[in-house]
Amino acid sequence: MSVVGASSLRNWPSFDTVLNAFAMWLLAFLWALPLLYAFWTAIHPSAYETRFVLSAPLTFENFQKAWDAAPFARYFLNTVMLVTMILICQFILGTLAAFAFARFKFPGRDILFALVLLQLLVMPDILIVENYKTIRALGLVDTIAAIGLPYIASGFGIFLLRQTFMSIPRELDEAARVEGSSFLGLLWRVYIPLAKPTYLAYGLVSVSHHWNNFLWPLIITNSVETRPVTVGLSVFSAIDAGLEWSVINAATLMTSGPLLIAFLLFQRQFVQSFMRAGIR
Amino acid sequence: MMHRREWIYGWLFLSPALLFLFTFTHYPAVKTVFSSFFSTPRGRRPEEFIGLENYRTLIQDEVFWQVLMNNFWFAVGTIPASIGIALAMALWVNSRLKGRTLSRVAFFAPTVLPLIAVANIWMFFYTPGFGLIDQLRSGLFGLPAGNILGNPDSVLAAMIVVAIWKEAGFFMIFYLAALQSIPPVLREAADVEGASSFYYFRKILFPLLMPTTLFVSINAIINSFRLVDHIFVMTDGGPDNASSLLLFYIYEVAFKYWQTGYAATLTVVMLVLLSILAIGQFFLFDRKVHYQ
Repeated sequence: MSVVGASSLRNWPSFDTVLNAFAMWLLAFLWALPLLYAFWTAIHPSAYETRFVLSAPLTFENFQKAWDAAPFARYFLNTVMLVTMILICQFILGTLAAFAFARFKFPGRDILFALVLLQLLVMPDILIVENYKTIRALGLVDTIAAIGLPYIASGFGIFLLRQTFMSIPRELDEAARVEGSSFLGLLWRVYIPLAKPTYLAYGLVSVSHHWNNFLWPLIITNSVETRPVTVGLSVFSAIDAGLEWSVINAATLMTSGPLLIAFLLFQRQFVQSFMRAGIR
Repeated sequence: MMHRREWIYGWLFLSPALLFLFTFTHYPAVKTVFSSFFSTPRGRRPEEFIGLENYRTLIQDEVFWQVLMNNFWFAVGTIPASIGIALAMALWVNSRLKGRTLSRVAFFAPTVLPLIAVANIWMFFYTPGFGLIDQLRSGLFGLPAGNILGNPDSVLAAMIVVAIWKEAGFFMIFYLAALQSIPPVLREAADVEGASSFYYFRKILFPLLMPTTLFVSINAIINSFRLVDHIFVMTDGGPDNASSLLLFYIYEVAFKYWQTGYAATLTVVMLVLLSILAIGQFFLFDRKVHYQ
């Protein structure tokens, strides 16, 4: 497994290093292959779906066809509204709850925190039957709000922010308190600014998670006005009637496009955010 | 006086989050158990208490047992493989090999894609006759077209491959974070002592990564219950339920056949399995793992 062996003393890499590099490249190529393949078919005419020649003409037509065949603009709008709503609510609710757990002493705190952590295991994702009944009782079936409601109080987010808040030295709040700040002022002026990297990390994880969510939106929506892109894509590709693969692939890439492009541009931040959010 | 104020503020700050948390996580979890003892309301007939009737159905339901076994094999096929690959990826990406940045992008990219899009992309490989795998089979080996997704023996394996592709890069991140927190002194000390790289990995690195491995395993187990989106695109649970998983079956029972009482019973099974996991996690984390 050596990756940096004693070889650095010599001019050429050791056999070990070469072997490791080769294995890494092979795996990376295998991992990239499905996406590259989808990309290839999406930007070439359907005649070149399985003919890999460099002279194949480029085309943008597949994207055009997909865009015209289904109301993707509306789906995108729905998804953007959905993830924005979830993110804002998660930030507000999570910040308040995390601050309470990190800085106040009150009876029942530890039990409540355990109940919050329980959500890491029992996620709303698997409680679809009862949550559907609740949403129906509230009269919110087929609304964008209904897709987001089960997720806006996130045990993961509360936990993450609490850990960050607890690492902030107490002396800072005393200083602010002396200056006459209320708790909300303290939160706004001291805690939130210091926790910015956590917010960024959590925000990226949350947005990509809810952009990609499928099962619950599928259950709770049934019209073009509410469907997010994932459900829209599944409806689109389920129409068997003569849709070419290249068009379906173009639609697939289109729906994941914003996230994928953001990832390629900011891949270092993405990876670091996921890392930060994963460290306990 | 001060303490009183902290109480009030504590509860005040907490209440909005708790309201939603209880409404959409704790209440439905408890309600599921209740519903499992009731029949499904039909038309004007309200639900009525039927005791263990749903559980009797459950035990006699062959599809349920098949789906449970599918889920078991899906977990067995996905978890060790994706964790092993994730560890290798992290070790490589964390090294000074050429091309590691590009490799990291390739490994991580599937994580940002929706599972539903991943399934669409992989359909391209699996489609009988036309898909890339069949093209290769006939092109290189002259084999007849096979139907990977239409064959009960191969369909689950095909799904496992997709799940590994999707998940390994995500787990890599956790290992990467752990590796970067290991002091380089350890490696230098091992070099001075003349320890082989494999020895270093086995005796030092791997034990130090144990908490990460456990954490990733638990995540992987939860995911093996939670991730079912690809089934909708690729097989719809078929052929003969050979690729159906527990959550997908719950969806079918609840929202295709509208048997919500029985669906609640199936959800109880899921909750029990997750509770066993939680208890196991508690003991494992307490004993087997040493923190730095």
